[in-house]
Amino acid sequence: MSNMIDKIFANATKFIALGVLLIVAWIFTVLFEHSLESIKAFGFSFLTEDKWAPNLEKFGALPAIYGSVVSTFLAMLLAVPVAIGVAIFLSEIAHAKIKMPVGVSIELLAAIPSVVYGMWGLFYFVPIIRDIFGGIGISMLTAGIVLSIMILPFMAAVTRDAMNTTPDILKESAYALGATKWDVVKDIIIPYAKAGIIGSFILALGRAIGETMAVTFVMGNVHNISIDLTQPATSIPVTLANEFAEADSELYYSSLFELSLLLLVISFTIISIAKFYFLRRKRIGQ
Amino acid sequence: MTHTQKRIITNNIVMTLSTLSAIVGIGFLLWILSILVINGIDALSTTIFLNEGAPPGNESGGLKHALIGQLLLVSYASLFGVPLGILAGTYLSEYGQKSKLAETIRDISDIMMSAPSIVIGAFVYAIVVAPTGQFSGWAGSIALMIIMLPIILRTTDDMLHLVPSTLREAAFALGAPKYKVIIQVVYRGAKAGILTGVLLGVARVAGETAPLLFTSFNDNFLNTDMSQPMASLTVTMYNYATSPYEDWQKLGWAAAFILSMFILTLNILGRLFLLKKRGKN
Repeated sequence: MSNMIDKIFANATKFIALGVLLIVAWIFTVLFEHSLESIKAFGFSFLTEDKWAPNLEKFGALPAIYGSVVSTFLAMLLAVPVAIGVAIFLSEIAHAKIKMPVGVSIELLAAIPSVVYGMWGLFYFVPIIRDIFGGIGISMLTAGIVLSIMILPFMAAVTRDAMNTTPDILKESAYALGATKWDVVKDIIIPYAKAGIIGSFILALGRAIGETMAVTFVMGNVHNISIDLTQPATSIPVTLANEFAEADSELYYSSLFELSLLLLVISFTIISIAKFYFLRRKRIGQ
Repeated sequence: MTHTQKRIITNNIVMTLSTLSAIVGIGFLLWILSILVINGIDALSTTIFLNEGAPPGNESGGLKHALIGQLLLVSYASLFGVPLGILAGTYLSEYGQKSKLAETIRDISDIMMSAPSIVIGAFVYAIVVAPTGQFSGWAGSIALMIIMLPIILRTTDDMLHLVPSTLREAAFALGAPKYKVIIQVVYRGAKAGILTGVLLGVARVAGETAPLLFTSFNDNFLNTDMSQPMASLTVTMYNYATSPYEDWQKLGWAAAFILSMFILTLNILGRLFLLKKRGKN
């Protein structure tokens, strides 16, 4: 009797675990199926065409791709140095008494929903950008900065964790030889934690590229490619968030699904690189 | 200048820059938090909890519809997501262990955890909303469940792994079948850890907005019928904040405040459970 229950329990858990794989495969299949019409209609030019005009049934993803790439690049450019600074501060400079509260608050800030960052950006950051750089304040630049602030807590926390894996004995030996803190960071900690740090940055990059709400408020959803960063722009997730519920033709829908598929493939690739090349994680407790 | 002096100067410069970046980073974050608290508390009132949405210009609008909608969406997502996640995690830790299949499921779950949630929304739109021809609470809950599943699965897997194998062996030695060992010994040992995973998983999906935009959509009035479009705090916040009406924007801040406090509380509770557990070991 209990033998049978044992088998049922084992198989049930296995079945459910397999379900996770099935869902992922299902997501790819469904997105692909729904993109077919757009793929047939535009082919490769979907990626290179810069016109997105629903009224003319013309759909080109280039402005959204451009916006995703540029806003993410801006965000990384701003967040990486600050995140490294915060991580160095937390792991080497901060007194034990402030290390804990500051570290925990940074981790908690990573949990604040991105819609809140977006709302803050719209009401408090857009006016500042407008005053300093001109334009309407809703722009690629604003999106990049808000995005950088949103990914900062995550990057700082993970970088600090990676740095903290450096064995104390290595650091102590270096200090004993007369190394300064910076020597230790540069020659001991960073080389030791390199893979983890790079991995966490790539992971943050993956998040930034798929991040929707933090940028939807401040980017403008204008399908334009402009070198001028103070102009409104769009990105793949921003386009999806703004237009998905409104699409009124088959081809329009299909194009949005192709954008979703594109986003999923891009982020899957980025996250996989982070995971498999840099973050082969050890299970805790091992 | 000697080499040592140079090193010391470089060190001082870099350490100052690091401290500065910490101050700047934390300053920004404190700015956001204080704005959230100031605007949130300013907008809070009892009417917010008692009244449904109202047209702009009408001061009597509240968030009751969004609070209840949010609660329903997250509850149903958890109702299915939590047990399924725990069971799948159980497979990985207790049966699959280091098999190829288990490792693949682990890797894919890790990737899914960071995948853009708006894509999940598009998927659920295609499989639920389009066929039924209707935005619905169910669609929203399913989207949230899919996002929650890998989180619960991975934390359960990790937490069960922390239970010492001697405990399992002792139970086996007494002749207990494996499922009993898992349910009565392993789950009990990992209780705090699993609970932490559940709290973090719930906290994570409670803040999701993007996948709800085109699954549960929104409703400005109270609706408890899961087969109809349903309001959520997050989508309401988005709609109200981007509206030109001041009283709606105010409600948006109230929603942001309530939601953030809820999520922070869940996160802090999760940490406390883990700390308590570590204290015991």
